[in-house]
Amino acid sequence: MGKYAWSLPVAASTYAGTIDFGIWLIHAAMLGIFTLWGAFFIYLLVKYRARPGVAAVREDHDDTPAHISIPDSFSKFPFAQMIYRNKGELKSLIPDAIILTFEVALIVFYAIPVWSNIKSTVPDTKDAVLIEIVAEQFAWNVHYAGPDGKLGPRKVALVHFSNPIGLDRNDPASADDVVMGNELRLPIDKNAVFELLSKDVIHSFFIPEFRMKQDAVPGLKIPMWVKPNRLGKFEITCAQLCGFAHAHMRADVHVTTQAEYDDWYKSRLATMPAAETASNPSEEF
Amino acid sequence: MSHDSHGSAGHHELTWTQRYVFSVDHKVIGLQYLITSFIFLLIGFGLMGLMRWQLAFPGTPIPFFGHLFSADLAPNGVMSGEFYNALGAMHGTIMIFLGVVPLAVGAYGNYVLPLQIGAPDMAFPRMNMMSYWTFLPGGLLMLASFLMPGGAAQSGWTSYPPLSIINPGQTVWLLSMVILITSSLLGAINFLVTTINMRAPGMSLWRLPVFVWAQFVTSVLLLLAFPPLEAASVLQLMDRVFHTSFYMPKDLVILGETYSGSGGGQPLLWQHLFWFLAHPEVYVLVLPPMGIVAEIIATNTRKPLHGYKTIVYSMLAIGFMSFMVWAHHMFISGMSASLGNFFLVTTMIISVPSVALMTCFVFSLKGASIRYNVPMLFALAFIPLFAIGGLTGLPLGMTVTDIYLHDTYYVIGHFHFVVVTGSIIALMGGVYHWFPKWYGRKMNDTLGHIHFWGTVVTMSAIFAPMLFMGMGGASRRLYDPTSQLHNLPVQGWNVISTYAAYALALFQLPFIYKFFNSMWNGEKTPENPWQSTTLEWACPSPPPHGNFEKTPTVYRGPYEYSVPGRKTDFWPQTDKN
Repeated sequence: MGKYAWSLPVAASTYAGTIDFGIWLIHAAMLGIFTLWGAFFIYLLVKYRARPGVAAVREDHDDTPAHISIPDSFSKFPFAQMIYRNKGELKSLIPDAIILTFEVALIVFYAIPVWSNIKSTVPDTKDAVLIEIVAEQFAWNVHYAGPDGKLGPRKVALVHFSNPIGLDRNDPASADDVVMGNELRLPIDKNAVFELLSKDVIHSFFIPEFRMKQDAVPGLKIPMWVKPNRLGKFEITCAQLCGFAHAHMRADVHVTTQAEYDDWYKSRLATMPAAETASNPSEEF
Repeated sequence: MSHDSHGSAGHHELTWTQRYVFSVDHKVIGLQYLITSFIFLLIGFGLMGLMRWQLAFPGTPIPFFGHLFSADLAPNGVMSGEFYNALGAMHGTIMIFLGVVPLAVGAYGNYVLPLQIGAPDMAFPRMNMMSYWTFLPGGLLMLASFLMPGGAAQSGWTSYPPLSIINPGQTVWLLSMVILITSSLLGAINFLVTTINMRAPGMSLWRLPVFVWAQFVTSVLLLLAFPPLEAASVLQLMDRVFHTSFYMPKDLVILGETYSGSGGGQPLLWQHLFWFLAHPEVYVLVLPPMGIVAEIIATNTRKPLHGYKTIVYSMLAIGFMSFMVWAHHMFISGMSASLGNFFLVTTMIISVPSVALMTCFVFSLKGASIRYNVPMLFALAFIPLFAIGGLTGLPLGMTVTDIYLHDTYYVIGHFHFVVVTGSIIALMGGVYHWFPKWYGRKMNDTLGHIHFWGTVVTMSAIFAPMLFMGMGGASRRLYDPTSQLHNLPVQGWNVISTYAAYALALFQLPFIYKFFNSMWNGEKTPENPWQSTTLEWACPSPPPHGNFEKTPTVYRGPYEYSVPGRKTDFWPQTDKN
């Protein structure tokens, strides 16, 4: 087992590649900036080390502009004069201008459109798997809406060890719902639309291979989506400190073919409690 | 000037306690802050040493110390999740609020700022004393929280509710924070009034050294950013103690129990209030060290800083903008996604003055005659290492890339490069630079070199692996990284990081030894050993009570080095000709 990975894990969702592009582009730019500056810095350190008989040379700067002679052709343009007078100062803004241009381009052409696509728009749930994730200390409850595309309603009063999300099994919308603990299964190449909730404290839903992360905040219902495009087994990790067993809050993610997914779903649905048994919540609630 | 009389008023005999314990002299208070905050830094570092063992070798007993802890904290010497979380929260809190801020502001600001503006003391000496004597009990209370039933705070230094409302230890943390914030506010007001009112004749704003500007901007930030956190902390205290619901939503079910509070609050409110402080706080951590770097560079390049005004305007711009970027810590917190776009843009705007500052430092070397003494080594190391911290902030400040990198080790690597290899390196350099002023003696060069190289190399070896781990997707704040599969491919880096941290501890020994040893045995130095131009070098070392024999008059800007046609290559601000 290699223990010194330094690169991104495999990309397993449609937007993972887009996010990776940004990560690599920014790192390439960072490396470029750092190398160029570093080379210049070392050159300065060597060239301008103190040597006997060699004094430091002051630059022209805006505190002592009097002795700078300004070309006559500038006399009609006060603004040009001002720029010329301060050219020493302004020169130091050139690297700034280059970085700023790069950043503006990144924001306009990359960050805002991609961010809006991932976080602000949610695909139509008609052709998607609809799933509710209810986080709790220290588990991920995965609630599938099933073929009807409707999530059964939940009630706080129904929350019980046998029914951690308090699903109301008497409601018709719950009839084809499956609730799993710490297991998320998704069919490949199909949108999955999530509603993310928390029962207790803030958690964060993070699947590194999907490049997907969203905090689960109690009291809020936060939409998110993903389209897996790689078969395999991945991991949901909690990325927000949630208590003493935060490190143990994890779940498996299986991306399978649609047929495998359907078979699995049917087998799970058969094990779900029927409406009658769940209709008698224990008295303590 | 009115402060002439003030200076001579201090000539009556002071008792030992008045002189060294409850002193109103800014220099004694500065050194009290210096030593206290270095001790707190060491304690915070020690906590981290325990955590790093657990991260590198999870599930194995902590050597030497493991069995000193109670069975609740470390059963059989192996760290528990609660203990790890408490150490994590306290490491962050101690390092920031008890270590770096009091060191950068309380220690350096107190000692150097009045000297650099030619003042006999701070504007409010008693308030200054009160600031220290509020800080110390606040800090001790924070440490004492380890002794509370249930242990210290364990919800991270960010203390996000609802976790922080239901976790043990948080009440003392909040009380202590309220006390510490009060102390900071007392200091900030004092610095502002001192800088505005106590400048020596001729010390116009454009003649202030960069260090004074940095402290000035920092004080504005403290004054405006801390009150919201103080209020927010009081609200959180209410939620904990009186079961109000400022931050608690309704219908919570915690470990199978329905929460008894009324609900209706909003957890994100705390995050907004917290980061509204904590982002300006980042610049509180960074600006004073930048001021120190500017002083050291100007002195040891023997030429004026490149773009003095650019540096000052950049600091002002950073100070202003720092209040408009807080929610870039919250891109994936669940706040409206379109807000993310706004904070993305402001975050990119604030990078402009930051880049300008660094550019000015590098350009200052051009045409210089660089003296490679120990303080200069620290100041020069600050530039590339802080740059790594700044550059790694780019993918975190960018909404899209932050989706992946947020809450991974990349974040930890990023801000440690900023605060440790940035701020702390500069603060250490400041010790070597101003030690001759504090004690009239010099710290040893050979040990200084060992300390410098050892520190720079080991610090980088601690934090660079964190960036790699973050790229690999390793989540932060996991007490046992091996309990999750996605961390396994990068676990080796944790071991390197841990060994480097222990090596870093060893390399601090020459510094600690020589700091105390040089107070009495260091080589004696003249009043102005670095041949510097600023005002603190125009008074005796150490300066007497009241600082200057007579109020100095300032004739020129702060960095008049290598002026053509002069015999010496420095022209002090106080020399008329």
